[in-house]
Amino acid sequence: MTTLDSSKEIQKNNSEVNETHEDFRMFGFITFLIADGMTFAGFFAAYLTYKAVNPLPDGAIYELELPIPTLNTILLLVSSATFHKAGKALLKDKNSDSQKWLFFTAFLGIIFLICQLFEYFHLPFGLTDNLFASTFYALTGFHGLHVTLGTLMILIIAWQSRIDGGRLTSQNMFPLEAVELYWHFVDGIWVVLFIILYLL
Amino acid sequence: MTISIDPQKTNNESLQPKGWLRYFSFSLDHKVIGIQYLVCGFLFYLIGGTLASAIRIELASPMSDFMPRDVYNQVLTLHGTIMIFLWIVPVVNGAFGNYLIPFYVGARDMAFPRLNAVAFWLIPPSGLMLVASYFVEGAAQAGWTAYPPLSITTPQSGQIIWILSVLLLGGSSIFGGINFIATIIKLRRPGLKLMQLPMYCWAMLGTSLLVVLSTPVLAGTLILLSFDIIANTGFFNPVLGGNVVVYQHLFWFYSHPAVYIMVLPAFGLVSEILPVHARKPLFGYTTMVFSIMGIVVLGLVVWAHHMFTSGTPPWMRLFFTIATAFIAVPTGIKFFNWVATLWGGKISINSAMLFSCGFIINFVFGGITGVALAQVPFDIHVHDTYFVVAHFHYIVYGGTVFIIFSSIYHWFPKVTGKMLNEKLGILHFIITFIGFNLCFAPQHWLGLNGMPRRVAEYDPQFQFVNQISSLGALLMAISTIPFLINVFLSVKNGKDAGDNPWNALTPEWLTSSPPPVENWEGEAPLVEEPYGYGKEISEQN
Repeated sequence: MTTLDSSKEIQKNNSEVNETHEDFRMFGFITFLIADGMTFAGFFAAYLTYKAVNPLPDGAIYELELPIPTLNTILLLVSSATFHKAGKALLKDKNSDSQKWLFFTAFLGIIFLICQLFEYFHLPFGLTDNLFASTFYALTGFHGLHVTLGTLMILIIAWQSRIDGGRLTSQNMFPLEAVELYWHFVDGIWVVLFIILYLL
Repeated sequence: MTISIDPQKTNNESLQPKGWLRYFSFSLDHKVIGIQYLVCGFLFYLIGGTLASAIRIELASPMSDFMPRDVYNQVLTLHGTIMIFLWIVPVVNGAFGNYLIPFYVGARDMAFPRLNAVAFWLIPPSGLMLVASYFVEGAAQAGWTAYPPLSITTPQSGQIIWILSVLLLGGSSIFGGINFIATIIKLRRPGLKLMQLPMYCWAMLGTSLLVVLSTPVLAGTLILLSFDIIANTGFFNPVLGGNVVVYQHLFWFYSHPAVYIMVLPAFGLVSEILPVHARKPLFGYTTMVFSIMGIVVLGLVVWAHHMFTSGTPPWMRLFFTIATAFIAVPTGIKFFNWVATLWGGKISINSAMLFSCGFIINFVFGGITGVALAQVPFDIHVHDTYFVVAHFHYIVYGGTVFIIFSSIYHWFPKVTGKMLNEKLGILHFIITFIGFNLCFAPQHWLGLNGMPRRVAEYDPQFQFVNQISSLGALLMAISTIPFLINVFLSVKNGKDAGDNPWNALTPEWLTSSPPPVENWEGEAPLVEEPYGYGKEISEQN
């Protein structure tokens, strides 16, 4: 158990009557991710039910190609590893290394989004063409929204891990740990999504 | 990892407004937030009650003469949505949970005070938005279930505002749930074991698990529904190849647990109130805990019993009938435990006790019709009739709302330091109990004889029974008058309550009334036996 005393406000008041409690921000965040995961579970359940009971009408076009999503899967898996590197560097107080890894992770996230948009523009079907087209865009779009938010959060913590005046240090790892967990979560959802939408 | 907290700093006393103004501020104090939830919820209860009165006035005669049919549909949609999402769920979870849980776990506030305030302040805007949607192009007309294709074909703007409002309220509910789970699991004072917690903590833990697991599914479903309405996709539109039954599955995956989200906290509250006023320990603490967790698990796998007439395949009907019948077991255990708590107790007949006993009577009746409704042959006969309306209101009004009133009578002295007037309270109970049963008991008969729900007109042969029902609704409307008079009079010049007027043993009574900002002057007390009534006497003997 280490004492978290990076916040200056808390440090200033340490002489007063204090109570300590465990840091349960991560616990709350994990609960939130479970809730978020249930939204995806609902979408997946809807898609699989459609697949089981609603056949594709004659003449409807719903074809997916594998190269871009496979590249995207690799991009996200690599980005999970680079994020992990950033955390390890920060733990050793190598803030600038950590920052480099974070920027690289965000870069991979942006490439993912560009690839996703490229795929959208080159698919032979649109949002309202048929049920499967709609479900495809809803699922990948909702996931893309998560990647967008994740990339923004990575850029924010990269800025916060700067050496002069950044609040992200080896003593205050929570922002990095939370965003890292979120990023792994989004990554995991993508793997499930890739299997269900593209491979099944 | 640990965090040091300075009590003065966390609540920012100097920055928070004092007096009644603090109820209109972004206060981080769990007690202020609890009262905000309660009062805000009660205002919406009055709006929802007015809408219910309008429905009963319309149904006093067989023809649609009080309001146009589309307005009737809007009224019943808003009535259902307001009562569920703005009165029962926020009050029975948010209000009492926020006020009591930090006391019960021996904490000075909730785990995430800011998130808590955000969760509350999402409610008033979304509620006002919902009410205001009536003035746009007409409010939503598809009922609180918003089944497609009805919700896709009725006027769009009202339905979209309804969806936005329910999404915001769902978000508020999820934030609240995360907060309760973290508070109960992580914020317990050192030395306090899980099995020593008052029963309401367990009820809130179970409820919050249901909230966190099921509400996001509703959010996802409503997002898909809004795509159908705005962007012309066909997820739930059969004309475009979609499937309406998928909506029903996803919707009821949230909305059946939602029934437990509404009633489990009431189970917890009644388990707090009965031992105090019967001066006996809560009977069967451990079985109560396992019953709650059993209801949580089973509650997640019974949703399709709402869909027996939606072309559900036979194996699904069989599975969901059996699963639903199983829920009667833990619920029955709880019911018998309450009766056993009262058995041989030194019962004081006061308003809180009367409302709790009213709850037990109404709830067992609603529970029995619930078991009946789970049986496929019976359900197909009464599906979408007034029998369902009667069953539902016996659970939600006769059950939860009775407990909300009981809790108000029980904890009013703690919150204000003043007693409520007992005579007015008993009058309130008598009018409510008679009015409620007069209103909803006849609806069982109406349903069995085939009167459909959600329709403004009906067969003239049902008129007399409908008028009895409307008379009951009138009594229910009148019953709020003695309650409101009682609250306003008692806040101003009620009898001083002292710190512990009921001689209760649960931790919230071991501090002053009203409690200080930090809940306790010194260290939080360790209450190992929250229901140890009668202990001293038996030890003396």
